[in-house]
Amino acid sequence: MTQESVLILTLAGAIGTGTPLVFAAIGGVISERAGVINLGMEGMMLIGAVTTFLVVNKTGSPLLGFIAGGIAGALLALIHATLAISLRANQIVCGLALTIFGTGLASFIGKPIEGAGLEKSFSKLKIPFLSDIPAVGPVLFKQDGLVYFSWFVALLASLYLNRTRTGLSLRAVGENPATADAMGLSVVRMRYAHVIIGGLLAGFGGSYVILRIVPAWSQAGTTNGIGWIALALVVFASWRPLRVIGGAYLFGVALQANFALQAKGITVIPAEFLAMLPYLLTVVILVVLTANRRTRGAGAPAALGLPFVRDER
Amino acid sequence: MEIPLKRRALAVVAGVTAVLLAACSSSSSSSTAAEEAAPAVEKLKVAFVYIGVPGDAGWTYMHDQGRLEMEAALGDQIETTAVENVPEGPAGKKTFEDLARQGYKLIFGTSFGYMDPMLEVAAAYPDVKFMHATGYKTAPNMGTYFGAAEEARFLAGMIAASVSKSGRLGYVAAFPIPEVVRGINAFELGAQAINPKATTKVVWTSTWYDPTIESKAAQSLLNAGADVLAQHQDSPATGQAAEEVGARWLSYNSNMQSLAPKAWAGGPGWDWGPFYIAQAKAVIDGTWKSEQYYGNMKDGMVKLFGPAEDVPADAAAAVKAAQDAFIAGTAAPFDGPILDQAGKTQVAQGATAPMDALMSMQYFVKGVQGTIAK
Repeated sequence: MTQESVLILTLAGAIGTGTPLVFAAIGGVISERAGVINLGMEGMMLIGAVTTFLVVNKTGSPLLGFIAGGIAGALLALIHATLAISLRANQIVCGLALTIFGTGLASFIGKPIEGAGLEKSFSKLKIPFLSDIPAVGPVLFKQDGLVYFSWFVALLASLYLNRTRTGLSLRAVGENPATADAMGLSVVRMRYAHVIIGGLLAGFGGSYVILRIVPAWSQAGTTNGIGWIALALVVFASWRPLRVIGGAYLFGVALQANFALQAKGITVIPAEFLAMLPYLLTVVILVVLTANRRTRGAGAPAALGLPFVRDER
Repeated sequence: MEIPLKRRALAVVAGVTAVLLAACSSSSSSSTAAEEAAPAVEKLKVAFVYIGVPGDAGWTYMHDQGRLEMEAALGDQIETTAVENVPEGPAGKKTFEDLARQGYKLIFGTSFGYMDPMLEVAAAYPDVKFMHATGYKTAPNMGTYFGAAEEARFLAGMIAASVSKSGRLGYVAAFPIPEVVRGINAFELGAQAINPKATTKVVWTSTWYDPTIESKAAQSLLNAGADVLAQHQDSPATGQAAEEVGARWLSYNSNMQSLAPKAWAGGPGWDWGPFYIAQAKAVIDGTWKSEQYYGNMKDGMVKLFGPAEDVPADAAAAVKAAQDAFIAGTAAPFDGPILDQAGKTQVAQGATAPMDALMSMQYFVKGVQGTIAK
């Protein structure tokens, strides 16, 4: 570990930190592009995390665990979809309720495994040739498989939203559901599908935390609020999947900067201040985006947060 | 297409709110309800109030293990309950009041911030005994308890230095309070007992349990060249970070060997069981007195898990000898001479740091690299 510079190691570490955010925030983008805000993300991540843990220790397969974590998140999202789409409940309120519910449910399911350790996980995969590129190689191509998978998901989501017929239909549903409806699209079906995909990705985010960041289950402490950061990232990225990656890694760097500076013996800035830096940065960027006329709300689906009622349009 | 600005703004507001919520969503409540049972036989009702959940494998977990030991030892003489996720401050006060009203006669609170609420409730319920971990305020019916973790930290430092190739150790520290500072110093002094040139680099996380942050802190130390890490937080994230790059790790609180088996070299920890059993017995016998109890390795409250099997035999023997000396009282972790980072003598040759100096420790010993925020 000595051959590589501290900077490279720090950047490589930031990618690991950002990965749960990449999964969850792309989930948020997909759900919000359909016009449904999902404040239940934190709950879905926790459910994903606890499910992954249980499945990995039962089956010994990290891959099965990862998939199961996604499915668990998707199931929770199904509840959100039912409340927000079919029953037309206030999306903010039922999203918050789902986070609280998800946290409680995860604690309940996780009671027997409190304090236990994860028995198996993924390890890092060096990509041949690419990992030998100076600087870029060790940062980008000495990660675990799930990191590569998160890039694939982002790319897929981007192509889907911009280049496919269904993706464009989805955007119509999020921008103007009445028109989409008149065009013969099923707003309800589209919204259900994408809220559930959003939940699946949030569940993947939670799985990643358990598999790669902390191999033990401890209630809400496991994700400790990163579901909320993912929500902010959606806005930060102007609802674009590829920008999510940049935002997530920036957050990872900010998180890591604190300790990299301390470890280097640079203590001009108090550790407590550095600890709040990532969050402060997120707020500042959001404020800048909002204050600037050109970027204000850019990319926000017009019908975000609005239930669709055919008769009213 | 004209889009009402309000909608766009709404999305941004939701984003900002999300960040703010993130800052305060560290835990949510799910408490084991304290239920009332009909007292057919006169049982002592004992309650435990926890800041977290036993599942953290750390601080709360060990207290809960103590509670279970107590149940096993005293059987039907007692009845226990545990209330989890109790916040410090006014909400905590309500929990203590409820428990006292429900007939719990011995109540343990295991977080520092319970101190003032417990004191208030203790005054209102003079026939209930209160015991507060890590605090310093007492009343006729309220005592405190804690233990000399520095003894085990010293031994952990010895283990760390013996498995380190470079002599550069790293410490993922929680908050700059005397308890944590004392632990870091003891760790470095122990390391020096094996390798006089060993250094300990410190980074502060300002967390007690946040795996993401703690793993970042650990990685930074590893990136900076440390090959053995110690920690003060409850999560095993530091261990996993060490395991990942083939470094070694000294855990804390419980035996965390299974959480990073290759990295784990040992770790300081607790065993609250004997103390809890003695306290309950004292209440049953009517001999309970308010005191400030400071346990150690001798009475078994403080423990060392490990060393791991691959720690060199001579080092393991040295650790054992030091432990025996602590238990026999012939040595202490803070025996002089001790110099601070600036080279100033803090404990003279032949002297030992007194209790009040330990309890208010705000300097790093020579060999520690880092600063304590004032």
